Amino acid sequence: MSDVQILTGNQAAAHAVKLCKVQVISAYPITPSTPVTETISQWVERGELKAEYIRVESEHSVMTVCISASTVGARTFTSTSSHGLLYMHEQLHWAAGSRLPIVLACVNRGVGAPWSIFNDQQDSIAQRDTGWIQIYCRDNQEILDSLIQAYRIAEQVYCPVMVCYDGFILSHTMMPVHIPDADKVCRFLPPYQPHTILCPEDPRNINPVIFPWQRRDAEGVLRGGYMDLRWKLQHALEGSRDVIVETCRSFAEEFGRDHGGMLWTYRADDAEVLLTSMGSLATEATVAVDLLREQGIRAGLVGIRVYRPFPRREVREVFGKAPAIVVFEKNISYGYEGALCSDIKASLFGTGIQTPVHNFIAGLGGRDVKAGEVAEAVRSSLAAIESGEREKQTWLNCMTE
Amino acid sequence: MPEKLFKVHKEEHILPGNRACSGCGLTLAYRYLLKALGKNIIVTLPASCLTVLHGLYPTTSVSIPCLNCTFASTAASASGLVAGLAAMNRSDITVVAIAGDGGTFDIGIQALSGAAERGTDFIFVCYDNEGYMNTGTQRSSATPAGALTTTTPVLTKQQNKKDMMKIMEGHDIPYLASTSASFPLDIYDKFVKAKRIKGTRYVQIATPCPPGWAFSPRDTVKIGRLAVETGIVVLYEIEDGKFRFTGRSKTLAEKGTRAPVINFVERQGRFRKMSMEQLGQLQRSVNNKWAEYLKRAAE
Amino acid sequence: METKDDNLSAMCKPAAGEAGNTGDWRDATPVIDYTKCIASVKNRPACYLCWLYCPEGIVTAGVPIEIDMTYCKGCGICAEECPAKAITMVMHEEGAP
Repeated sequence: MSDVQILTGNQAAAHAVKLCKVQVISAYPITPSTPVTETISQWVERGELKAEYIRVESEHSVMTVCISASTVGARTFTSTSSHGLLYMHEQLHWAAGSRLPIVLACVNRGVGAPWSIFNDQQDSIAQRDTGWIQIYCRDNQEILDSLIQAYRIAEQVYCPVMVCYDGFILSHTMMPVHIPDADKVCRFLPPYQPHTILCPEDPRNINPVIFPWQRRDAEGVLRGGYMDLRWKLQHALEGSRDVIVETCRSFAEEFGRDHGGMLWTYRADDAEVLLTSMGSLATEATVAVDLLREQGIRAGLVGIRVYRPFPRREVREVFGKAPAIVVFEKNISYGYEGALCSDIKASLFGTGIQTPVHNFIAGLGGRDVKAGEVAEAVRSSLAAIESGEREKQTWLNCMTE
Repeated sequence: MPEKLFKVHKEEHILPGNRACSGCGLTLAYRYLLKALGKNIIVTLPASCLTVLHGLYPTTSVSIPCLNCTFASTAASASGLVAGLAAMNRSDITVVAIAGDGGTFDIGIQALSGAAERGTDFIFVCYDNEGYMNTGTQRSSATPAGALTTTTPVLTKQQNKKDMMKIMEGHDIPYLASTSASFPLDIYDKFVKAKRIKGTRYVQIATPCPPGWAFSPRDTVKIGRLAVETGIVVLYEIEDGKFRFTGRSKTLAEKGTRAPVINFVERQGRFRKMSMEQLGQLQRSVNNKWAEYLKRAAE
Repeated sequence: METKDDNLSAMCKPAAGEAGNTGDWRDATPVIDYTKCIASVKNRPACYLCWLYCPEGIVTAGVPIEIDMTYCKGCGICAEECPAKAITMVMHEEGAP
């Protein structure tokens, strides 16, 4: 039975939480993610969602509550943005190291100083080394669907998952979203089986100090040192690629919507230049692709959906063919370049692919990025490449003296 | 046999050969609060001396389930345990957060205030050794004025000890208690009582620290006892707002013969640079505190 | 073949001696004079303040009392608190174990 509603991105996220029968929600308000937690609290207080809802006093405590609740076996959720995500940075590391299947909705927003309440992706990109899986959504349907998929992925690989979507652009704009049947979602998500043992019946001490070296336990078994456990996390993140792809495929079969797995493409097969981006900027770039095609430039788009684990295999496959790559992103690794640009270049290293890669830093702090501007940027890149500039960093529509 | 003599549970939950210092006041206190609480608990604790007592991977010295957490987050970790256990229908398990004075008075105060304000159903224990002892004796807001620490190494700590009990009282919680490692049976009784109460329970335990306070380990119990005899540490509880002295402090309240604070101060190397003015200030603040407590006890 | 560490995160099991035989830490050893120890003198359970105040819980409060020397850290609290002065901390000789 079809249930299509006109929802904001935040509402879509809240609906996913309800469908996934999340058991512990801990949240702190921060623009533009606040409506997620407000919607959930309405349902909880009306008895429509049976969950423990903890109105913690800071985002650091938000993630802490998720960690301990998840450790005893509860399915947990939170949403945040910008400085909220930054405030819980220490706990993001702790959650990943603890190997807990926590799911977080990051409503992307720029970070200070000075304050910005508007969209860019600096907040979540700055967490790329924490050991969290990161998915970037291109529209409100994908937000709802990816959150459902996130629980299945997280609870299988025992890694936390961050589902990111652009603040205001997606969080506050309304789109038709199909809300899947609750029972179907229940069947799609097997119950969470924690690997952690925290109960009086089998007392364990979880996550104390660990030595650099391996050490035998009282029964003589050689247990890992810090680095060995950290390798396990890396191994799990890298291995999660297969689980992410399989989950996406399985979801498509069950619910009829395929979001592309690690990345998706638009008119990319015969492209002479490939644009690439993440989130709503990638959606906007499809319009730019159409504009360029009208002007006789065979442009195509690669939308990066999963940023961590980085889709090295898929990137090599899809970018190998095009003679030019133009990366548009809403973040900057100060002192160097855009994070996505760096990662793409690094993944092409050693393959023999010598394609020029240009980087456009766009839309920081919510500066509007129009499809026309993107198309113009691509044309200027192509001209620059023609005259021998194999790499270039440009800040789009920005005062640069 | 001793358990019958002292009317405590027999079982030891702290295993020997642990990593705590020789003569550690915390270990003594922990031994008794665990005896009182029994096995059906989950402990959560931050980076602290207790982390070290619990041991390094892959072995632990305590036969109680324990979740380590980051320094600032103890009370939030407990909140998550309470919520998670409720979701799992295991609310029979008592959640116990245990932090040092650093993890309670300083870096942990925000999360603690939040958890208490929400009426979280857990016990928060602060073991107060008056400094950041795990990292080698740096000052905390629980360090008394006049004490030398590695971050107040020349001038001594200038500020008075923060009154954390008063701060916790401001949170409308059903039970608060102050006790001491030198009075294990007082600890035991308070935790037996605390276990039965619903809501946020806060217990602060004065735990002398031989290396941090610079005294011989054999004097741990003696020094802690002197703190109570001089009235610096008071054994009391506040149950639903009603103040009540307990144990040795009750006797002192009724007979009024507190020893002068210098008896406590002179035995510890950390006070060797304490000024006469600071000493006088300490005596005055103890006198004032007792005047207030005596009035409350009489109500 | 060595059993692999199946832990995904660091989960410890309880066991004694996490820090080794902490008896090695001692530079003085408690020696009990049973002619003074109240439990021994009365030949029944009595006093047991040494058991009460031992932070490690390694005093066996029997008749006679016994201290587990594998783990005793030599703090001396038992000697200090004993009301009958039945326990003496005997300093180890220089170089002796």
